[in-house]
Amino acid sequence: MPTYRPGPVSLILAVLVALFLLMPLLAVIPVSLTPSRMLAMPTGELSLRHYRSLIEDPRWLESILLSLRIGMVSSIFSTVLALTFSLGVWMFQPRFTAALVGFVLLPMVVPPVVSAVTLYFLLTSVSGLTSFFGYDTWLGVAMAHSVMTVPFATVLILVSLSQLDRRIDLAARGLGAGVWERATRVIMPNIKFGIVTAALLSFVLSWEEIGVTLFITSVNAITLPRLMWMGLRDNIDPAIAALSVILIVITVLVLAVRSVVNRQRTGN
Amino acid sequence: MMKGTLSDRMGAALLMAPLLLFLILAYAWPFLGVVKWSFTLPTAGLGQYHALLTDDLVQSVFIRTLRIAAIVTVVSVTAAYAITVVWVRGSPVQRVLAEFCILVPFWISVLTRAFGWVALLSNRGLINTWLQSIGFISEPLTLVRNEFGVIVGMSHFLIPFAVFPLASAMRSLDERVLLAARGLGSSRMRTFWTVFVPMTRSGIIGSALIVFVFSLGFFVTPAILGGGRSVMIAELIYLRIFQSPDWGLGAAISVVLVVFVGALMALLFRYVKPKQLV
Repeated sequence: MPTYRPGPVSLILAVLVALFLLMPLLAVIPVSLTPSRMLAMPTGELSLRHYRSLIEDPRWLESILLSLRIGMVSSIFSTVLALTFSLGVWMFQPRFTAALVGFVLLPMVVPPVVSAVTLYFLLTSVSGLTSFFGYDTWLGVAMAHSVMTVPFATVLILVSLSQLDRRIDLAARGLGAGVWERATRVIMPNIKFGIVTAALLSFVLSWEEIGVTLFITSVNAITLPRLMWMGLRDNIDPAIAALSVILIVITVLVLAVRSVVNRQRTGN
Repeated sequence: MMKGTLSDRMGAALLMAPLLLFLILAYAWPFLGVVKWSFTLPTAGLGQYHALLTDDLVQSVFIRTLRIAAIVTVVSVTAAYAITVVWVRGSPVQRVLAEFCILVPFWISVLTRAFGWVALLSNRGLINTWLQSIGFISEPLTLVRNEFGVIVGMSHFLIPFAVFPLASAMRSLDERVLLAARGLGSSRMRTFWTVFVPMTRSGIIGSALIVFVFSLGFFVTPAILGGGRSVMIAELIYLRIFQSPDWGLGAAISVVLVVFVGALMALLFRYVKPKQLV
């Protein structure tokens, strides 16, 4: 059967767009190898000093550890909340479901800068109550990140629930299983993949979150993106180029592994 | 079905309550607080909203934001269209390559991508160094810290988002119509413009509205690539809250932005069903 394939003009345009998309990612590689202390192209000699400074400068390591901790806490928190909510929606199909889901998705559709002002208001208001929770604390950042990631986790879990056969739950119910057993022993094992994906996406979103973090931190809770931001705004630090290269390589590897795994899953 | 029994309602309430309570306390309540700020700081009344309508600086930032968002929308949707055609209709190898070029930038953080553009476009970046070394220019071109840099960086960020609604429209299109047009003697160009493009209209509208809405509230890329010279709404809010500090005006701009984006979203869902966007 003949198929409709893009012609030469389409291909040339697509190649130009592809180059545009990849160019800034490739540009950081030479910059990361410059021997200069400022952002510049290497002239002749190459150096790994900026990669070394990532290990030697304690600020980078501290912020990486902080981002990991915030990412894990907010990812677990938002996945648990999204999971219980989605189970409630799927198992009981209550009235007003559409409105409630719409409400939960708000942080995803409201412009991030407005969410940032909102969370700034929240954290400065509760700052007076305790010292470990509020503006510029890691727990405050983790909670703000949960607000931002929970809609994405909910969407992913609701999508995987929508592909589940309702009859297995009806069978469990008919055989006398209670709500807790149905949820933990029948439904959850069947949406494992969706739950794990939701947790991973929440973690990644928190790990790279900057728009909100900028509003709710100042000197104590310096996450990795926040530290990069500081390095980008003032005097551009080529260590950011080295860090960017590492982050890009990790992304490419993860995507490659995922596409291989996907191919095997669909191949079977 | 035993729908609506007491224990069922209890179960639903118990499962759904934690997230709803969390978002009411951590999102809805503080948002109302921001709305309150806009009416009470520094003095009670509509003063901040009046300032929005009369302040020259605020006006020029709004107009600049709308202009940049419009340009970025046209650039992103056009570029996304070109690569989506190959991603959806190309040969298997072309599809894998196109997918790689779309998904890798999509998963890389906005900061890294903005930094990549700084590395390319700044005075001592890749492009200026190269142009100077071949003697094409003597003084470096100003490519960042202006609107050009902002438009380039934002389009780069938003192209992958523009791709998904277009891809969904192109996938649902019946290929036999295209083959029929070609079989009846229509040229490639004519088939594309008179058959293919009109049939993906819903995807184009969806993708344009998504890009436009995203552009309006964009913060990181304009702040880095604009270098404080081409301030957009989101950066203005940040400056009002942290530098002026004028919380009331920052809050009022936020409220106006939400209302505007809400109206655009309502428009979006009149033309496109949510399912067509993914």
